[in-house]
Amino acid sequence: MVYAGGVDVGSTQTKAVIVDESGAIVGRDLIDTGANVVAAAENAFQAALEDGGIRTSDVGFVIGTGYGRYKVEFGDAQVTEIVCHARGAARMFPDTRTVLDMGGQDTKAISIEKGGQVLDFCMNDKCAAGTGRFLQSAAAALGLELDELGPTTQRGKTPVVISTTCTVFAESEVLSWLARGKSVEDILLGVHRSIGSRSFGLLRRVGIEGETTFTGGVAKNQAMVDVMNEIVGTELNVSEESHFMGALGAALFALERAKGAGQPAAVGKEEA
Amino acid sequence: MTELKAAASGVHGRGADEGRRLFQEWFADLTSAAERGEKAAYVFVMGSLVELLRCFDFNIVFPEINSLQTAVRKVSDDYLNLAEDHGFSPDVCGYVKADYAVQLRNGDHPMGRIPPPGLSVLTNACSTYVKWAEIWGRMYQDPVFTMDVPGSRVPVPLIGPNGAHTEVADAVRTIGDSARFEADRTYVEGQIRELIGVCEQVSGVSFDIDRCREVLRLTNQMGRAWRALLELNRNSPAPFDAMLEGTIYLGVANALRGTEEGARYFEDLVEEMEARVAAGMGPHGSGGESHRLVFVGVPCYPIFRRFYELFSEWGGTFATSTYTWFASGGLNLDFEYDLDRPIESLAEGVLRGVIEATDSLMFPDRALLQAIDDYDVEGVVYHPVKSCRTVSTGLAASRRVVLEARDVAALYIESDMMDKRVVSEAQLKNRIDAFFEGLQSRKLRKNRSAAAES
Repeated sequence: MVYAGGVDVGSTQTKAVIVDESGAIVGRDLIDTGANVVAAAENAFQAALEDGGIRTSDVGFVIGTGYGRYKVEFGDAQVTEIVCHARGAARMFPDTRTVLDMGGQDTKAISIEKGGQVLDFCMNDKCAAGTGRFLQSAAAALGLELDELGPTTQRGKTPVVISTTCTVFAESEVLSWLARGKSVEDILLGVHRSIGSRSFGLLRRVGIEGETTFTGGVAKNQAMVDVMNEIVGTELNVSEESHFMGALGAALFALERAKGAGQPAAVGKEEA
Repeated sequence: MTELKAAASGVHGRGADEGRRLFQEWFADLTSAAERGEKAAYVFVMGSLVELLRCFDFNIVFPEINSLQTAVRKVSDDYLNLAEDHGFSPDVCGYVKADYAVQLRNGDHPMGRIPPPGLSVLTNACSTYVKWAEIWGRMYQDPVFTMDVPGSRVPVPLIGPNGAHTEVADAVRTIGDSARFEADRTYVEGQIRELIGVCEQVSGVSFDIDRCREVLRLTNQMGRAWRALLELNRNSPAPFDAMLEGTIYLGVANALRGTEEGARYFEDLVEEMEARVAAGMGPHGSGGESHRLVFVGVPCYPIFRRFYELFSEWGGTFATSTYTWFASGGLNLDFEYDLDRPIESLAEGVLRGVIEATDSLMFPDRALLQAIDDYDVEGVVYHPVKSCRTVSTGLAASRRVVLEARDVAALYIESDMMDKRVVSEAQLKNRIDAFFEGLQSRKLRKNRSAAAES
């Protein structure tokens, strides 16, 4: 049996996936990236192997992705998470033509063709507005845990308007709405809508075609999914594995390489 | 090593070395002038009137070049912070702020010392020029001569009082319309004659038409070589990278236009590039090029070399760059001064240069589509910069037009030409890597479908 691995070292969390030769996920793990990026990659990979009951020597090829992809020291090649999310989304939902990936520090809209090849992409600019960090900042201001965000937001009825685009200033705007007597639920709904509208702008820039698949850690937040569905005007595909989509894509690329020794790489850079 | 490669190796790098030497000499001369307490004539790269200023023995200062040099030498932050301490917004053009700080520091600059302005000459090619020169006027009370150069007048649908389109104005680009163009040229010529009087008054030197002819002749000579240089990059591999080396050559072209050493430099450079072409050498050495690209905008000077490497590591070569058109003071145009009518012809050159520069900013897709075909590129890299809205505003729309009109990939990355606080190398790398991954995929798919068809 041939196995392959993908390790997605993100700004907030590191995800690792092991796939078997059919491309099915057989092991996975997710940990906080923390300060030691090299160790995070190694630990997540080892934990994913353990999850699947697979030995390191059984894995034929490993690809690193995410901002820390060059820190996956045991990896054989690196591929950007843009291409990996596209590939992962296409695997989970073959009719996907547009991908929205919302991560800790950036949000990407990607247009793809059948099979997951990237046609075009765009990302948020250099600030973290419209990303998971924006939600974290709002949660911190309201004294909530991240997993409370979704359920609390879903109880909101009349969203406030969050006008700032700065993550740092969003915190003061949230506090100012609290001071004006708005409920936590309505404020959070406003925060989600603010992120949603910025993400929708990115989607429109690449063009929304066919099915849209929502990936990344923020896709685990059902309130964000609801808001995106409403703004886009259609139901987005969301997988249970949404936060592993980049790692899955990397693992699928790795699988191609593990199977076809000598075959030219479709994407990515070889480890020097 | 083949004979051709040996010949190319003999001249390889000569342009870079010589350009560095000329630049150092130029700044050394400015430093000496500043130390003697002399002033300088300040002039800009777009709508440059440097040929005329040379006739009056002015020390010539290009503030844009001074500013970008602070970024290339990695000290722009010191200058930007000083200007911002004086109240300038982070959003104001970084070139303006760095120059303002140079003035506050009595001309102290990483390349030497810059003399203060005794005269500022500008056109309306960039609206910021006008405000910039006003700053010097307030600081030094130097004469500021602003030349109004008419631009293109494109067809505009006229809207009637009820909101309906009533007609389409017949106004078009004045180039190609002899009556309109001649009227505009005469208008510019009148201003040049006025400027001659100002220059005589400030410098105390009488205008010598024969000297003017000689300066224009040397610019003609440089222009021929400049155009030949750009043309050579239509070869594959392109002999030089238009974003990295092209920008360095551009600096020499602006600083030394109308001089013997400037004209000679570019003739030697053409010889070097011809040798590279004959030997099949590209900017990455003897290897080929994996991806031919066009660069749109101004480079990221705070990490200039690294910015280039982010592309070259993937085998990407910029075969051409819009910067080498709009910031070349019209050298890219197939136009030469008529030495029998120097002032009239100088007016025509300024008019053509400014129209082309502003058109390439306002309607970049027009020339871009042509360049995509001429240089056979597969990718367009748009680099809007935060502190220059003039060159950045239209790029997103241009990208759409280009993607619809040509089968190319496009990358849109934003940073700045001066301010490293808004340059995130990790984010740039991520986007650039993904762009090249896409280019590789495209190539692979094309090869597969070509193989399937055969």
